[in-house]
Amino acid sequence: MVNFIWLFFILVGFIVAVLQGRVDDVTKALFTGAETGVTVCFGLISILVFWLGIMRIAEDAGLLQKIAKLLGPIVRFLFPDVPKNHPALGYIMSNMSANLLGLGNAATPMGIKAMQELQKLNPDKDAASPAMCTLLAMNTSSITLIPTTLIAIRLKFESSNPAEIVGTTLIATMIATCAAMLIDRWYRHRYYKSRPIPPLPKTPPPPNRSAPTSTT
Amino acid sequence: MYSIISTISTWAIPAIIVFIPLYAFFRKVPVYETFVDGAKDGFDTAIQIIPHLVGMMVAISVFRASGAMDLMVGFVRPLFDAIGIPSEVLPLGVLRPITGAGSLAFTTDLIQQFGPDSLIGRMASTIQGSTDTTIYVLTVYFGAVGIKKGRYALKVGLLSDLIGFVAAIVVCFLVFA
Repeated sequence: MVNFIWLFFILVGFIVAVLQGRVDDVTKALFTGAETGVTVCFGLISILVFWLGIMRIAEDAGLLQKIAKLLGPIVRFLFPDVPKNHPALGYIMSNMSANLLGLGNAATPMGIKAMQELQKLNPDKDAASPAMCTLLAMNTSSITLIPTTLIAIRLKFESSNPAEIVGTTLIATMIATCAAMLIDRWYRHRYYKSRPIPPLPKTPPPPNRSAPTSTT
Repeated sequence: MYSIISTISTWAIPAIIVFIPLYAFFRKVPVYETFVDGAKDGFDTAIQIIPHLVGMMVAISVFRASGAMDLMVGFVRPLFDAIGIPSEVLPLGVLRPITGAGSLAFTTDLIQQFGPDSLIGRMASTIQGSTDTTIYVLTVYFGAVGIKKGRYALKVGLLSDLIGFVAAIVVCFLVFA
């Protein structure tokens, strides 16, 4: 699917460019696009370095396991493949809460950390596991309580009530997220039907660092 | 409601950054060393995403600059006009899952052109705010752990974007029109 979309964009892009005589512009856009990709990643460095540091402290202090335990039922319903009290669940929760609050900068590092934990449970390191697909579906539809950027833009253009779109956005985002979860469930069901039951890791893997991870 | 949540949003990050190290300190975790140790991973993770993101960004810029995006929108426009939906918001439905910066620029342009309190302005704001950039999220999240086969993840993301887009339009019609 990704292969197809990627090829489609480039191929159709260049064909249309030739037909419309815009080959020059497209070649220019090609290099600007590459530059944007690198710029965005460089922008991510500072955020990732900072948040992953903070999250490591939370992990070593046993906070993530606490969060995972607290909100376990909801997350376990959404991620039945992840063993109880696995650190991945804590990261997923932090990612969800950051998304809810509209803290995109904090949500991405936590989501990536959750992905890395899920990758440890993944038998096939090249292909996404169903749990990874669910986490992705949750993030692409991202429930947002306050669309802060848009309120700021509306304010800039002198809206009489910049925040009036909060309600409509909330309803739309909730519908999108519910849809994402349902569609994901359906595909997951089909995926499991098409292959034998995967080997479920019965016990959470032992902590791989010697730092104190004592839980009460 | 809005002021409560925006207050929480403002205070969430400072609260987290004070609470986590303090809690860890009392649990006898060497906070600074642990921070540095964890932070090291951040650099590698970001660097690992570069090839994925460059690949996608190039494809998307080529597609947009060639005018292929406008053509695609032109195809669906008659359908929109027939139902009575302002076709000005249509490109957003295509742009939103592909490029966050691109769709934000487009939304800003619509708001500037038609005013933030017009139906189009409100619709654009709602569409932009209600979902995230599916291709970007997929590229970054899967790129960070080296997943090459996304299985059905992209389909789920794009389908729910479509549903979110339709939901945003319908809700705005019911509330504002």
